[in-house]
Amino acid sequence: MYPRAFTYHRAGSLKEAVAMLSQLGEGAKLLAGGQSLIPLMKLRFANPVHLVDLNFISGTSYIREQDGVLHFGPLTRHAEIEKSASAARVPILRDCAAGIADVQVRNRGTIGGSLAEADPSGDWATVLLTTSCEVHCAGTTGERTLKLSEFLKDAYTTTLAHDELVSEVVVRVPSGNSGGAYIAFKRSAPVYPTASAAVQLTVDGDRCKDVAIALGCVGLLPIRVQEGEAALRGQQITTKRIESAADAARSAANPQPDMRGSAEYKRQLVGALVKRSIDAALQRARGHQVEVSHIYA
Amino acid sequence: MPEASQKVSLQVRVNGKLHSREVEPRQLLVEFLREDLELTGTHIGCDTTYCGACTVLMNDVAVKSCTVFAVQADGAEITTVEGLEKDGGLHPIQKAFGDCYGLQCGYCTPGLMLSALQLLKDNPHPDQKQIRKAIAGNTCRCTGYQNIFKAIATAATAMRSSGHGD
Repeated sequence: MYPRAFTYHRAGSLKEAVAMLSQLGEGAKLLAGGQSLIPLMKLRFANPVHLVDLNFISGTSYIREQDGVLHFGPLTRHAEIEKSASAARVPILRDCAAGIADVQVRNRGTIGGSLAEADPSGDWATVLLTTSCEVHCAGTTGERTLKLSEFLKDAYTTTLAHDELVSEVVVRVPSGNSGGAYIAFKRSAPVYPTASAAVQLTVDGDRCKDVAIALGCVGLLPIRVQEGEAALRGQQITTKRIESAADAARSAANPQPDMRGSAEYKRQLVGALVKRSIDAALQRARGHQVEVSHIYA
Repeated sequence: MPEASQKVSLQVRVNGKLHSREVEPRQLLVEFLREDLELTGTHIGCDTTYCGACTVLMNDVAVKSCTVFAVQADGAEITTVEGLEKDGGLHPIQKAFGDCYGLQCGYCTPGLMLSALQLLKDNPHPDQKQIRKAIAGNTCRCTGYQNIFKAIATAATAMRSSGHGD
C-alpha cells in the first residue's frame, strides 16, 4: 500500500522544522517515529502534501535526570526508555515503555510523537496524566510549557499550533513513599489496548496521602477518575475504598463499542484494571518489588 | 496534489553492500528492498505494522520495513535474511530453525529470524519469557510457536559456544 505522493523534507534542527512547518503551511506534517503516521498515510486517512522528517536531527533522543526531574527528548524511542536506568526509577514509565506494541515498534516510536498524535488508545498520555508531566512546545513565536492536561484537547487533537512541535517532555520523579503502576489489557502485542489504567499512589503509613487514577482507551481522551481519587485520598486504604475507586472508574469511563469489545465489557474491564493497578502501586509505594506490565491473552 | 513527487537520493548499506538510488519519498523500505534491490527474502504480510514478516535490522535494531520509508534508511546499515548466511554457510539461527522444525510454510520465518538476531545480539542468554517477548511482534499462523521458541534457544546456545559475534 502506497501513501499519496508527498514532498519530503529533512529538518536539520527543531528550529528548522518549525520554520519549515510555517513556510509549507497546513499541508505539512512532522514525521517522528512514524509508527502511527505511516500506517495512517498508507490507509490514506492522512494525506500530507509535505512531510518534514525529524529523525535526522541529532540530540533529540535523550533521558536526562536533573534535580529529581526527568527530561525526555522528543524523539526518545520507547525502547530507549524501556532500557534506561533513569526511567526505571519511575517504574510506571518503564512498564509503559516496555509494553507498547512490540520490539520493532518500540525501536521506532517516540514519546513526543505519541503525545502529539493524541490517539485515545495511546499509552503515554494515560500514564503521564498521573504524573506531574509538562510538555515543552516550540514554535515560530517562541516556547511555552503546558501541563499535559492542557496540552491534550480532544481525540487526535492537541493545543499545538500548526507551526509548533513538542521539544521536550518533563516528569518529576515521585517521592520515596509513592508508587505507580500501569496495566493495559490487549488482545496481542502489536495492537492497541482494549482498556488501560494508570495509578500513582503516595502513602503515609496505612493511609493514602495522595492518588491519581487515569483511564485509557475508554473515552476521547484519557480520563482522570476524580471521584475515585477522592474515595481514597486522606483515607485509610481498605478493600472497600479500593472497590469504591473501581466503581467510580466504571462510571467515569465512556467507552465506545468496537472490534475490541462492547462498551459494557470495556467498562467492567477498566474497573478490574484499576483495582489491580492500585494493588501494584500500593505495594510499590511500600517499597516492594512487583512486576506489572501490559497483559495479553 | 502531485501524483508523483520529486525523487530523492538514497545511499544505504544492505548486507554490507552500498547502494545509491533515487527513490520516490513514499516508497516503503520493504518495497525498496524487494523491488529495487530484488532482495525478496523480506516478505510483506499484513502491510499494517502487525505481523512482522517484513522485519529487518536497521542500524542493528529490528524494524518493520513496511512502516519505514526507504528514504529514512539514508546512511543506515540494513540486514535482511539474505545477509545472515556467511561464506555459503547458514547462520546458527537459520540452522536452528531448520533443525528444530521452527517453520512450516516459511512465510514469517525471515522476519522471525531477524527479530531473533536482535534478541541474541543484545542478550546471549535469553530465558523463555525474554524469547517470547522478543518475537511478540512476529505472527506465525502455522507452527503454534513452540518449535520457534526451541529454535531460538538452540541458536542462543550455538552462538555462545561458537563465539558468534553476529
